[in-house]
Amino acid sequence: MTRTATRSSVEPTAVRQVQAPPPAGGRGRRRLIDQARAYAFLIGGLICFALFSWYPAIRAVVIAFQKYTPGSSPEWVGTANFTQVWHDPEFAAAWRNTLVFTLLALLIGFAVPFVLALVLNELRHWKAFFRIVVYLPVMIPPVVTALLWKWFYDPGAGLANETLRFLHLPTSNWSNGTDTALISLVIVATWANLGGTVLIYLAALQSIPGELYEAAELDGASLLQRVRYVTVPQTRFVILMLMLLQIIATMQVFTEPFVITGGGPESATVTVLYLIYKYAFLYNDFGGACALSVMLLVLLGVFSAVYLRLTRSGEDDL
Amino acid sequence: MTTRTLLSPATLARPRGKAVYWTVFTGVVVLFALAFLFPVYWMVTGAMKSPDEIAQTPPTIIPKQWHLSGYTDAWDLMQLPEHLWNTVVQAAGAWAFQLVLCTAAAYALSKLKPAFGKLILGGILATLMVPAQALVVPKYLTVADLPLIHTSLLNDPLGIWLPAVANAFNLYLLKRFFDQLPRDVMEAAEIDGAGKLRTLWSIVLPMSRPVLGVVSIFALVAVWQDFLWPLMVFSDTDKQPISVALVQLSQNIQLTVLIAAMVIASIPMVAMFLVFQRHIIAGISAGSTKG
Repeated sequence: MTRTATRSSVEPTAVRQVQAPPPAGGRGRRRLIDQARAYAFLIGGLICFALFSWYPAIRAVVIAFQKYTPGSSPEWVGTANFTQVWHDPEFAAAWRNTLVFTLLALLIGFAVPFVLALVLNELRHWKAFFRIVVYLPVMIPPVVTALLWKWFYDPGAGLANETLRFLHLPTSNWSNGTDTALISLVIVATWANLGGTVLIYLAALQSIPGELYEAAELDGASLLQRVRYVTVPQTRFVILMLMLLQIIATMQVFTEPFVITGGGPESATVTVLYLIYKYAFLYNDFGGACALSVMLLVLLGVFSAVYLRLTRSGEDDL
Repeated sequence: MTTRTLLSPATLARPRGKAVYWTVFTGVVVLFALAFLFPVYWMVTGAMKSPDEIAQTPPTIIPKQWHLSGYTDAWDLMQLPEHLWNTVVQAAGAWAFQLVLCTAAAYALSKLKPAFGKLILGGILATLMVPAQALVVPKYLTVADLPLIHTSLLNDPLGIWLPAVANAFNLYLLKRFFDQLPRDVMEAAEIDGAGKLRTLWSIVLPMSRPVLGVVSIFALVAVWQDFLWPLMVFSDTDKQPISVALVQLSQNIQLTVLIAAMVIASIPMVAMFLVFQRHIIAGISAGSTKG
């Protein structure tokens, strides 16, 4: 009874004091119980993070300097793993492919959704239909997408070449040609992922106040000028964020080359993550795999740090 | 009222504006149909063609004869029920573990002021900077031989479930949502004698339905779509989820059967998307603008 009475008349902080009178000694125990309770809630998640995020990160660095085969005790080898990986002829190819893949994915995978979102935002009909259809490929399991495109790229009766024949254009080797394999994979990745980018970008476009366009139009700005001087500056933050996210994601590409090309032809589509996988599960060289992981980690860490810094500062602006 | 966009309503109302608008509209509809719907159509109907017809060039747009045997063969020959069940078990378990452990941890970090809470949160957020795939090999070694207890989680669904909990993104999403819940409601519950667990269960969780929905969808989709991690964890063919099984079996199976299996593997996620599309699309759009 008294409690309810105090609750309505006194401020919450005062209530707590009334509730827990601080006799000396009891307060420390009370805090200990509170802490025990807090950690009871926290512990499950904490253990999982410790085991599957923090510990592997430390271990990657440790094993990178060891000769490590599961079952036998590890041996310190200094920087031998790094030099060995460095001299692997596939090392340069893997990094080059990953960087080219990321760059192409950024050029195609960014320009296409950007333009699509701009156009979709102007359409006044069938809005829900467009959003569903553009996001449909994202929901198809990546493995199915990869197998589907492997079939499309089939040099014989694949849909890609059949379409070219239908249009009386020269056919291509697609994923089976050394020159065309990488770009073929970029097309797959773009097809599979652009739905997410389009939706996010559409949301950003909708937050642009209409008065800005009105004012620009009154000042005589043409359509392209409005895009250049209103749309792009207004969504600059989202554009930058999406670009970084995409860089981080495409630098870790694995499923497409693994399923569609198997890294070939002639290492034309081996990516860094694929090479890590090969070191671990084909060569049974976990030291080399971890050395590669550390290199990838450092590079991606830089991009991620930039991303997080940007999103943080973006939050402050809002 | 709709806000104006690049084009003003006046421009669109003019006859020329109207003509251009409908041309562009038709163009986009055709483009979307060809680029996104046609490949799916090609897959669904390809599975119904006969093995001869699917290898034929030029191809037939509509199957001459509709065979369902591709689908039934895939179901039986590729042991799809088994692999689908494995996937369901893995996804459902990962979802449940994530929901219970991430929610509890997020609640503790948000409301219970644990000692070193800031440090722990910092450590969790730091994992966002360390992209998951880059650490897949040391994570595999950890799962193969857990420290202290020296148990292997390989070929065990726990090898999917427990690492799924270490999802900083979902945990942060939950924590941020809990942070925004009004403090006085929780304090009122406590004064009325509710314990922390009771407060979480009857006050916090009912208020958190939207974020729990988003986290659930993310958790389910992530496991269902994942490939590299289950490929490493499940060397045992009988325990593999559908994504891994498809790739392993794709080498030596008839094309129509494989395509049918691909269609079947896509149905659950696509169906879920079509049912929850409003929430999923709203979630993606909302999550982005707020960072």
